[in-house]
Amino acid sequence: MSQIALWGAVELGLVYAFVALGVYLAFRVLDFPDLTVDGTFPLGAAVTAVLIMAGVNPWFAAAVSMLAGALAGLVTAALNVRFKILNLLASILTMIALFSVNLRVMGRPNVALLSVDTMLTPFYGNGLRDFMVRPLFLLVLAIVALIVVWRYLESDAGLAMRATGANARMARAQGINTDRQIYLGIALSNALVALGGALFAQTNGFADVTSGVGTIVVGLAAVIIGETLFGTRRILIALIGCVVGSIVYRIAIQLALSSDSLGLQASDLNLVTAVLVTFALVLPRLKRGVLSS
Amino acid sequence: MIVLDNIHVVFGRGTPLEKKALAGVSLTIKEGAFTTVIGSNGAGKSTLLGVLAGDVIPVEGSVRIGEADVTKLPTAARAGRVARVFQDPLAGSCGALSIEENLALAYKRGQRRGLKLALGHHRRKLFREHIAELDLGLENRMTDRMAMLSGGQRQAVSLVMAMMAGCDVLLLDEHTAALDPGMAEFVMKLTEKIVGANKLTTLMVTHSMRQALDYGDRTIMLHGGEIVLDVEGNNRRNLDVEDLIDMFRRVRGQTLDDDELLIAE
Repeated sequence: MSQIALWGAVELGLVYAFVALGVYLAFRVLDFPDLTVDGTFPLGAAVTAVLIMAGVNPWFAAAVSMLAGALAGLVTAALNVRFKILNLLASILTMIALFSVNLRVMGRPNVALLSVDTMLTPFYGNGLRDFMVRPLFLLVLAIVALIVVWRYLESDAGLAMRATGANARMARAQGINTDRQIYLGIALSNALVALGGALFAQTNGFADVTSGVGTIVVGLAAVIIGETLFGTRRILIALIGCVVGSIVYRIAIQLALSSDSLGLQASDLNLVTAVLVTFALVLPRLKRGVLSS
Repeated sequence: MIVLDNIHVVFGRGTPLEKKALAGVSLTIKEGAFTTVIGSNGAGKSTLLGVLAGDVIPVEGSVRIGEADVTKLPTAARAGRVARVFQDPLAGSCGALSIEENLALAYKRGQRRGLKLALGHHRRKLFREHIAELDLGLENRMTDRMAMLSGGQRQAVSLVMAMMAGCDVLLLDEHTAALDPGMAEFVMKLTEKIVGANKLTTLMVTHSMRQALDYGDRTIMLHGGEIVLDVEGNNRRNLDVEDLIDMFRRVRGQTLDDDELLIAE
């Protein structure tokens, strides 16, 4: 693997670190299998691309993307909480709807962000090569996001969200409005994923309506790899695990695809991902099985 | 003070399985009173607690806890007034969270939860002190997950959690039923100590006639969704388990069966 390919893998891993943090909030904190993210990731990209092309400040565009993502999350939460639709199905409905919404937002299947300023523009040309600037920039943002999420989850309000996912009945007995926690958590989760989409568009220079396929699996892969590497005991460690897991995942994929002996090609990405996630999911169980027998 | 006025609860209304769980229950409990509740399965004991906790909203009647009419308030909205310990040790705490995190949750029961650190230095110390009073050595395991504790330990911690924040009533829902006899004894003694020290208004549902008479200062028996016995003071003091079983048999119109033997312990 070339140096550029490695930096590229790290860069993509850091973009999806935001997805991993969002997926962690929904899946692990709230125990809410939220597939909305397959729609919110391209939504974040689409909103950012369209706004930047319209001359809006790229930072502001990313903020609007987060807002759009949060709104999408609220729709899923409402379908589940208000209308009692099974959480998984509720999120699939929103995801499907978002495909059309994303096409509407962009007016076409993809938008290129060529020769416009992005969040990264001011950082280019300061002595570092462009392919290094992007991951470093993303790393700083990811650390900020990680600290914000960490500090929130360690607060009274965050503890309420964790209790909602861990034992909703107990949470209610403690005076926690669990419905509100689901709204808040899923909105927050999707805002993070949409931010990932927005950063994807700005670092890669385009937004594409199909870029959301499998977002949830990639996010989950990062979370699970992080848990395998770091454990789940403490919130901070688990969150760092999400970010590192996302990077490790991208490097692993890059290695698998660039290795000649395996004979894989780029189009095998989804298959490789599915196999990898399945392994990560089954491995702990197999280990337990071996130990108990 | 707690006032239940003509409470009617119907489950599965309008269906063939319609069941009247409470049929016009009226009950006034004085502040600081410790009331025990007995009755056979399906008598309405749990429903009664549910009505007080907010899990069950009555179709008729009103519920007052303290100064407030809470009849229509959902569980979370009245949690500031109601502390609970569940029968299932897993139900009353978060197994995935640590002992101190569970205490932090309970510390803010019924209050606004802001962005302040849930486990600051001051709170950690406070929680540790409270847990140390249990004398179970758990103060050295504050960061252990609740799931790693035994059922009895969890119930003991649940009791501490129940008194972390103030309450107008403490509801105990057969909270020793799932424990081995030794631990059940320990948890009951602890209950008595905590209730006494904090002068808590308490309602304890139990399957054990022995417990019902040994603890508290008033006993009510439910049957078919109605209160069929309500004793306190000298009348209650002169009662023993045999008498209670006798009354139990009379209201059921049946002879002694296994169920009664079980609850007589």
